[in-house]
Amino acid sequence: MSDLFDRRGLMRGLALTAGGLTLAGCDKLNGQPQFRELLKGAEQLNYKAQRVVAGRDALAREYSRLDLSPVFRVNGNAMPASPAYQQHAASNFADWRLVIDGLVARPLQLSLAQLAQAPQRAQITMHNCVEGWSAIGGWQGPQLGPLLRAAGLSTRANFIVFHCADDSGGAPYYESIDLVDAFHPQTILATHMNGERVSIPHGAPVRLRVERQLGYKHAKFVMRIEARERLDDLYGGKGGFWEDRADYAWYAGI
Amino acid sequence: MVKRHRLSTRLWHWTNAITLLVMLMSGLMIFNAHPRLYWGTYGANPDHPWLEVTSTTTRGFLRVGPVTVDTTGVLGHWQAPDGSTQHRAFPHWATIPSSYSLADARIWHLAFAWVLALGLLAYMIVSLVNRHFQKDLAIKGAEITPRHLWADIKDHARLRFPTGAAALRYNILQKLAYGSVLFVLLPLIIFTGMTMSPALTTGWSFLLDIFGGRQSARSLHFIAAFALVGFFLVHIAMVVLAGPINEVRSMITGRYRIPKAKDEA
Repeated sequence: MSDLFDRRGLMRGLALTAGGLTLAGCDKLNGQPQFRELLKGAEQLNYKAQRVVAGRDALAREYSRLDLSPVFRVNGNAMPASPAYQQHAASNFADWRLVIDGLVARPLQLSLAQLAQAPQRAQITMHNCVEGWSAIGGWQGPQLGPLLRAAGLSTRANFIVFHCADDSGGAPYYESIDLVDAFHPQTILATHMNGERVSIPHGAPVRLRVERQLGYKHAKFVMRIEARERLDDLYGGKGGFWEDRADYAWYAGI
Repeated sequence: MVKRHRLSTRLWHWTNAITLLVMLMSGLMIFNAHPRLYWGTYGANPDHPWLEVTSTTTRGFLRVGPVTVDTTGVLGHWQAPDGSTQHRAFPHWATIPSSYSLADARIWHLAFAWVLALGLLAYMIVSLVNRHFQKDLAIKGAEITPRHLWADIKDHARLRFPTGAAALRYNILQKLAYGSVLFVLLPLIIFTGMTMSPALTTGWSFLLDIFGGRQSARSLHFIAAFALVGFFLVHIAMVVLAGPINEVRSMITGRYRIPKAKDEA
């Protein structure tokens, strides 16, 4: 009996110590910049490994109309607070123009009619939220790549930044992707969702679809597309609203 | 005293112990971001979950299919160390980090995922080369007969553990348990994890077919995690019953004292 009691005591002691160390230890390590950077090295590993597995142009799976989610959940901002945006919404985006500038030879200002004339792509794909849920929706709009070529993208450009109409707590929503994803055939500026104009809660008039990445990259209410050499001198310096605000991974392929 | 476990086995064992604990706790935090599980290709709030942790203002609930269990105080409704009431699915003591952060949990989870996957791969290669699998884990024809299986189950139920040289060999229940973890649960949890990556499934879209869609993969990932917790509990119980000091020492130093038969003691 005493043998068993000792064992039980020993195991309880071990379990409590392990539990206590884990909780306190992990929280402490979590707050330590060097350790965080070490863990975040895995993001680079994921980025490189996934590019090897998927290649530059591998397509995200496309689904049939039968697979469409009955309800495509609206997430994040459903209506930007900015008066300028609300004016555009009230006039059905008649005077709205998409700006493409930054490191380009010919900055562009494109109306919805002009976007409709650019090379289009329609795709039914899965939207993967970082939180774990997913929904299948149909998207259509001009491919981003040809628009960037039309604007004369500079060879100095490394990143494409999407500036949006919404903000949260005064911080403007923006996102960025690299050129491999920008020129990917499924990367489109969706003007239509499930056969209709993209609704305001889903990001009207234009929502980025960058199918090989998580949902927070799929910027809604895109107003301006800027080609940049680097990201560390823009806003919080981490390349996106959620990246700056909550330390989400910049590479959102997983 | 004999030499029982090789250095590679011991190193992998303790690396895994830490890695699986970190992966479980950070995984529970990731689950907290959307505490619902679905089957099929898609699943979001308007869709029907087969499992969810939910709460009212005063109570927490776990719902699995038609069954609802009150989990107030543990799941869905619990007190944080600062005294505040929280409505997250898993409580602070079960998650990394202890206060809500999806981004931080992902940083931990995705870093240790590399340790888990590369560790398993290295262990498998080494175990094939040094014949650990063939010598110690391969199941022999005679062991898998119902008669032999039943005898081993009875021995376990009566807590009659092998003594002498027989204690050095894995019995059939051990082989089945270790084999399921090595060749079923760990690969399953790694590949279902990969299936949740929107980039990886562009190159390896067969993953989506194997597991029946992203949400099914997420559900299987969660089930495999709890199967591993089940294995861990049985594993610890067996270590305690078989003599924890001798067993733990053998997994740290490799040295193991062969248990004597009861009548010799």
